[in-house]
Amino acid sequence: MGLSSRHLLGLDGMPKQDIEKILDAAVSFKEILGRPIKKVPTLQGKTIVNLFFENSTRTRISFELAERRLSADVVNFSASGSSVSKGETLKDTARNIEAMKIDMVVIRHAAAGTPQFLTRVVQAAILNAGDGCHEHPTQALLDMYTLKEKFGSLEGLRVCIVGDITHSRVARSNIYGLRTMGASISVCGPATLIPKEIERLGVKVYHRIDDVLPNVDALNVLRIQMERQSGGLFPSLREYHRFFGVTKERLDRVDHPITIMHPGPINRDVELSADVADGPHSVILDQVLNGVAVRMSVLYLLGAVN
Amino acid sequence: MSKKLLLQGGRYIDPSTKTDDVRDILIVDGIVDSMRATIPAPSGCETADLKGRIVTPGFIDIHVHLREPGFEHKETIATGTLSAAHGGFTAVCCMPNTNPAIDDESIVRFVQSQGASVNGGIVDVHPIGAVTKGRAGKELSSIAELVQAGAVGLSDDGAPVYDAEIMRRALEYAGMYGVPVIQHCEEPSLFHGGVMNEGFVATELGLPGIPSVAEEIMIARDILLTEYTKSRYHVAHLSTQGSVKLVREAKMKHVAISCEVTPHHFTLTDDLVRSYDTNSKMNPPLRTQADVDAIKDGLRDGTIDVIASDHAPHSLDEKEVDYLQAPFGIVGLETAIGLAITELVAPGIISMNQLIEKFSTNPRRIIGRNLDIREGNPANFTFIDPEARWRVDTGVFKSKSKNSPFHGRELKGKAIGIYNHGKALFV
Repeated sequence: MGLSSRHLLGLDGMPKQDIEKILDAAVSFKEILGRPIKKVPTLQGKTIVNLFFENSTRTRISFELAERRLSADVVNFSASGSSVSKGETLKDTARNIEAMKIDMVVIRHAAAGTPQFLTRVVQAAILNAGDGCHEHPTQALLDMYTLKEKFGSLEGLRVCIVGDITHSRVARSNIYGLRTMGASISVCGPATLIPKEIERLGVKVYHRIDDVLPNVDALNVLRIQMERQSGGLFPSLREYHRFFGVTKERLDRVDHPITIMHPGPINRDVELSADVADGPHSVILDQVLNGVAVRMSVLYLLGAVN
Repeated sequence: MSKKLLLQGGRYIDPSTKTDDVRDILIVDGIVDSMRATIPAPSGCETADLKGRIVTPGFIDIHVHLREPGFEHKETIATGTLSAAHGGFTAVCCMPNTNPAIDDESIVRFVQSQGASVNGGIVDVHPIGAVTKGRAGKELSSIAELVQAGAVGLSDDGAPVYDAEIMRRALEYAGMYGVPVIQHCEEPSLFHGGVMNEGFVATELGLPGIPSVAEEIMIARDILLTEYTKSRYHVAHLSTQGSVKLVREAKMKHVAISCEVTPHHFTLTDDLVRSYDTNSKMNPPLRTQADVDAIKDGLRDGTIDVIASDHAPHSLDEKEVDYLQAPFGIVGLETAIGLAITELVAPGIISMNQLIEKFSTNPRRIIGRNLDIREGNPANFTFIDPEARWRVDTGVFKSKSKNSPFHGRELKGKAIGIYNHGKALFV
C-alpha cells in the first residue's frame, strides 16, 4: 500500500489516491507527535541524506525531525563548505553519496528539475524539498493537510494564493495538489509577478486583493522576496503592502472568517500584517507542526512501504 | 592518369538553372566533364549507381560552431567538418564565438587552413568574422581585413549586436564589401536569465522564460536600420511567429533581408523541456506549436530562405548538469537533412526543389559563394536518398559531441554522400 511512484518529485500529475494516502497517514503521525515519546522505529536501518544546495532552515529542520522520529539514520549535506564549492558537479556529488549506500535523498536545489535529474543518475528514492521555482510538494501537502484539518474536506474549498506566483514553488505545488483534490483556486498579485498563461492551470487571476476576499475560505500568503523589488518587478514594499498586503482592516470588511496560511518566514507588515499573522484565523503554527507529520508520512510511504 | 567517376541514373535537381531530370554525370579530375541522359562508362572509370537517388549542387550549412580555436574538447575543425561531410554538406560557415574570437584576419586564415588540411579538404570552411572586437559589442572589428582574408559574413553570434549605433555602423561598413551582417536576435534586457520559451510550459516548470518579443524587437529594430542604411541583413535562427511576420513584411517592402531557421525550430516545441533534458535547451529556445506552424508557412512561401543547423557541440559533462547551468545548443549537422525531409518534404509542406534551394542555392547566394554546376566547372554535389528510413544514433555521430534531442528518432530521407574537390565520400 505505498505510493504509485518511488519518488516524490512534485504534485503535478500525482494521483488523488496518493495524496489521500499521504494525508491520511499523516493523521497517525501527528498523533505520535503529541505523545511524550515522539519516536517510532518505522525507518530503523534506513539512511537518508538531506542534500541542501540552497539555504533553508525550517524545511531542513522539519525533514530532519521527521526522519529522526522515524528512527532513520540521517546525514546532512549543505553546499557551502562542501566539495560543491570546489567545483564538483551535482552528478558527481550525488553518485559519491550514493556509493555510501543510502536509501533516500531529500534534495533542495535552486534549479528546477534537479530532482528529476537525480532520478536519472542515482538509484535511491528522491524527495523534492524544493527545486527552484518549480515545486515544493511537501509544503503543499502540509498546506492541504492543514486545510483539511480545519475544513474537513478540500472538495470545493476556495483558496487564494497571494503574492509572487512567478517565483513560487509553493504556489505551483499547491495549485497542482489542490486542483487534484477538487478545490477551487485563485491567485492574486501584481501582474509582474504572475507567470504567463497561468489561467491554463485552471486558476483565476486577480490583481486586487479586495476582489478576492469575499469569495475565499482561505488565503495562502507568500513571502515577498526583497530582491524582486531591485529586479524592477514592483516599486516598493510600502506600495506592495498597501495594495496587496493582507491586513486586519481588509479582512474585517468581509462578513466571514478567512483562514490565513503562510509558508514562512513572514515579512511582518509587508505581505501580512502582524495582527493577522498572530490573529485567531491564522493557522501558521499549525502548518509548522503538520509539516513534520506530513513529512513523516511521505518518508514512511516511500521508505518503509515501497 | 586522370581520375574518373560516373554518377549513373540519379535525379539531378539544380534550382538555380531550373533543372530537374534523370541524367548521368561524368566527373574527370574533379571537373564536370559531361551531363547527359546516358553516358557510357569509359574504361577504368568508377561508377556510382544513383537510381532513385537525388543529385544536387553541394549543400552548405551557414550556421555551424566548429569550436576551434579554444574549445577543442567540444569539437575541432577536423571532427566538425567530418560531421558535416557525413551529414551531406560540402561547405560550412563557422561562427566566430571561438577563443580567441574570429575578429582578426590571422584567425580567419587559421580556420581556413585547418579546414583545407583536414579530411582531405572535402568540406569547404568559410569563416564568419566577428562584427565587434572580441564579440563584446563595443567597437567594430577590422571588418575590411576580415572580408579580404575570406570571411563571408559578419556576426557576433551567441550574442547580439545590441547597441543600435554599433549595428548601424556595422551595416554601413559591411555594406561596402557586400557581406551580410548576420544577427543573433535577442534584446538582452528582455532576455536576462531565461533558459526556455516564456509561456505556459515555463510557467508549469518554474523555469525562467525568454519572451518571443526579445527576438522580435531586435529584428524590428534591425529591419529599420537595414532600410535606413540600404545594406544587407541576415537573421540567424529565427524562432517565432512574430519574427516570420516581420521578415515577410520587410521583404514585401524590398528590404535586403534574409533569414534562416534550424531543423529543431520546425520540429520540436517547448513541450520537450518537460523532461528537463538539457538537450532541449537551446538559444533561441524551442517555442510553441503556433510558432512551428508559422515557421512552416514561412518556409513554404519563401519568407524563410535558409535551413541551417546551428550545430552547437557541447561535451557530455557540460550538458549533464542542472537545467539552469547547462549551456545552450545541440549538434545538428548529421540530422539536418533527415529532419527537413521528414518534417517538410514528406508531409508536402515544401517540395524537394525548395528544400534544395534552402540548403544550397539560397545560402550560397547570401554569402556570395554560388555554385555554377555545368560542364567544365568544378563538381560539387550532395547525394540524397529521399526514401531511406533510418534511426538517429548519436553513438555513430562523427561530431565529437553527442548532444542531440533526436537520438532514437526515426527519420525518412538522408544524405548518402558528397563530392567536392575531386573527392567522393559515400556513407
